[in-house]
Amino acid sequence: MPQTQTGEPIIRIEAVDKWFDGFHVLRNINLSVRGSEKLVICGPSGSGKSTLIRCLCRLERHQRGRIVVDGFELNDETRNLAAVRSEVGMVFQSFNLFPHLSVLQNLTLAPIRVRGMAPKDAEALAMELLERVRIPEQARKYPAQLSGGQQQRVAIARSLAMRPRIMLFDEPTSALDPEMINEVLEVMEGLAREGMTMLCVTHEMGFARRVADTMVFMDHGEIVESGPPARFFEQPATERCRAFLSQILSH
Amino acid sequence: MRTFPLRCAPVLLVASLAAGCGGGYTWGWYVVSPWASKGQGNIAFLLSGLGWTVALAACAIAVSVVLGLLVALMGLSRNRLASGANRVYVEALRSIPMLVMVLWVFYGLPVVIGLKLDVFSAGVIALALCDSAFEAEIFRAGIQSIDRGQHEAADTLGLGFADKMRFIILPQAIRRVLPPLGNQFVYMLKTSSLVSVIGLAELTRKANELVVTEYRPLEIYTALIFEYLVLILVVSWGVRRLERKMAAADYRPA
Repeated sequence: MPQTQTGEPIIRIEAVDKWFDGFHVLRNINLSVRGSEKLVICGPSGSGKSTLIRCLCRLERHQRGRIVVDGFELNDETRNLAAVRSEVGMVFQSFNLFPHLSVLQNLTLAPIRVRGMAPKDAEALAMELLERVRIPEQARKYPAQLSGGQQQRVAIARSLAMRPRIMLFDEPTSALDPEMINEVLEVMEGLAREGMTMLCVTHEMGFARRVADTMVFMDHGEIVESGPPARFFEQPATERCRAFLSQILSH
Repeated sequence: MRTFPLRCAPVLLVASLAAGCGGGYTWGWYVVSPWASKGQGNIAFLLSGLGWTVALAACAIAVSVVLGLLVALMGLSRNRLASGANRVYVEALRSIPMLVMVLWVFYGLPVVIGLKLDVFSAGVIALALCDSAFEAEIFRAGIQSIDRGQHEAADTLGLGFADKMRFIILPQAIRRVLPPLGNQFVYMLKTSSLVSVIGLAELTRKANELVVTEYRPLEIYTALIFEYLVLILVVSWGVRRLERKMAAADYRPA
């Protein structure tokens, strides 16, 4: 169910190239994302899809081209970097919760230290977000005491606590046992319904069909194909995309 | 019962010494016996050095931890100048024998930079400098052992470098390096005895002074061994307690 989207792109990626040592991992990437748009990026492993979204919060640096997020160009300007990072939330495959902090502290640390929020307000916000990901009763526990699905939901809530305008998901369900995948996808679908701008790298094609406005297929560091999911799944334009889809949809 | 052999050791030592298994030597334990009036006076004299030893080690540990942490962070910096400075600092200070450092700080600094130090400050500086190089390596190893994902999560939340280190990386790193760090504290407590050579009236100095008046070095140095043993057991106990306390904070089974 596509949302109404604002016209101006919130993310603009123009002619971006990136190399890891000699390896050309992103090749001439051009992509723009409008506010509230949901983008699902898929492709075989090593195709550069994770690297691409990691570039959007500058966990990786691109070497050529321009990336503009919410009006700020990502470059060596540290002021731009801070501005972008406070607008962009990131969810990792391996959760990366802080193991020495309670669930509640995981959520309140950044709002208090980065946003300057009063601890009481930060806790109220954290509890509200934990309700939203449906685990308020785990607030006092430590990450190691939670299941994988619960940990990933805490990680999503932790990102949301910074009130980002854009959420990036890097294979958020790939490290989960099968029975825990749905609880995480449901939270993500809820976010999508509320109009969050989302970029997800995932192999969950059912989720992609339900949520995506735009599908992007990457291979060998290039965007091979992109378009609305209906066309993407029914009539992929390229042979490479067709082969990939038939492989991952067959099981 | 892991501590059993440790508790046994001093008993065995005393027993064998008291039995006179050292050949023809006649022991004169009266000099440090708590049941002889002379011994009581001497024990009080020996223990009067305790305050200085404890103060010296505590101050040197505090200073060396701060220095070591700063040097470790420099070593982890991408800045070539900072990481180069870290290498020079660690290699240079690690190679200076502690005794030479004590002498050099006390007698050398006044000559070279006109800085005249009292024996206590000179001792603290010498011990702290030498140990900070080792602690820097311990901290660096601890910080590097933290998963990259922790840095990335902190970065994407917008935490600055100082906040990331203070709230995320260091609490986890320090927990991991507590055992080698505790080791270093014990080592420092022992090597504080070297500061006796410049005249600080700590435990070893007091023992030396008593030896000169009593002519009973074996008995007095044996007493000195027990003084250090007790101090170090206290430190070990404290570090273990800290380890348990910090370990309890996470990985509690559900």
